[in-house]
Amino acid sequence: MIPAAFDYEVAESADHAISLLGEHGDDAKLLAGGHSLIPMMRYRLATPSVLVDVGRLDDLRYIRTGNGTVSIGALTRHSELEHSAALAEACPMLASVAALVGDPAVRHRGTLGGTIAHADPASDLPAAVLALGGTIVARGPGGSREIAATDFFTGYFESVLADDEMITEVRVPASSGGWNYQKFNRRAQDWAIVGVAVAGGGAGVSLVNMGSTPIRASGVEAALAGGASAAEAAGVAADGLEPPDDLNADAEYRSHLARVLTERALNAAGVA
Amino acid sequence: MTAVTLTVNGTERSLDVEPRTLLVHALRDDLGLTGTNVGCDSSSCGACTVLVDGQSAKSCTMFAVQADGADITTIEGVADADGTLHPMQQAFHEHHALQCGYCTPGMVMAAISLVEEYPGLDEGGVRHGLEGNLCRCTGYQNIVDAVLAAAGSGGD
Repeated sequence: MIPAAFDYEVAESADHAISLLGEHGDDAKLLAGGHSLIPMMRYRLATPSVLVDVGRLDDLRYIRTGNGTVSIGALTRHSELEHSAALAEACPMLASVAALVGDPAVRHRGTLGGTIAHADPASDLPAAVLALGGTIVARGPGGSREIAATDFFTGYFESVLADDEMITEVRVPASSGGWNYQKFNRRAQDWAIVGVAVAGGGAGVSLVNMGSTPIRASGVEAALAGGASAAEAAGVAADGLEPPDDLNADAEYRSHLARVLTERALNAAGVA
Repeated sequence: MTAVTLTVNGTERSLDVEPRTLLVHALRDDLGLTGTNVGCDSSSCGACTVLVDGQSAKSCTMFAVQADGADITTIEGVADADGTLHPMQQAFHEHHALQCGYCTPGMVMAAISLVEEYPGLDEGGVRHGLEGNLCRCTGYQNIVDAVLAAAGSGGD
């Protein structure tokens, strides 16, 4: 399982990376921690002809808090989120979810920007950022733009990022209200068969691995806003969704899990 | 080919690699450090775990070019020059934390990093922290005992 050959470029800055992406077009991929991309390359599910290594852009590794917002550099590693005292204070859900990604060795390499850009509906952190009402900052040749997490994910491993854009920062509001993350899997270190993130005491609810993108459970949020109990709101968690069938679970079982885990997450977040 | 300089077990090593060369293959095939094993070859089993700048990493899921300039520690580099075992190796020895031994180099490297990263580990913390390292022989009990002993948290 050796990846196909590629040319390797080291980006010296975000702008340099963007210019290299512009030069090489959609044959180029950004390489950050590589813990999603390299396995895909090894299985030859991805065969980029150029890799632009942004893993050395240490100026994009930071966690800043202030004015009710947490701003996180795209190259910040999961283990840095997990151990950040500032993040534990300002947005404990994100720190807590980061600690559940993969295993310690994966968390030492994987990055927040990388996992968001990869847009895997089974990943933990994209769903957490979605429930938190986060914002993705993407930079391209024409400058930066802010994209609401709710508008970011468009399909299976797909997002609104253009071929010559890179994520530079992820912002989430400093949390208020109860939160919880339920990750259901059968084997250690696996992706969630289904996961549920609850932020802001039920104001933001999202689902992991229940469709082709991380999904904002707007039906659950609306039910809660309309005065429904946690149990009633959780009952609509899978309504209208088309979860995947795979060797871990069929769609019906996933729908069941979504309802059960949503109720658990809401209860753990203090929503009765 | 791309020129890469790594500090491996304290010694600077320069090599020319294809960009697609995985770190584990550079260590094994170019540098002859075959203590780091390839198991699943897909970042699940942890047999290839080494330390990159002091932190555990799966060397099958990292290109050697990404490690340019990094400080790499493999299982060959943890004992003292006079052969005195690293405390984690000693604990694995004393607790018989292996059977076939295939996972052991990765398990020891992951455990060294784990104990450093999470002070005051209890049994649950060790089990959770080693979930990225698979052992198909031992049932893990003696491995957990060894790591707890090396962490100074009991385990006897």
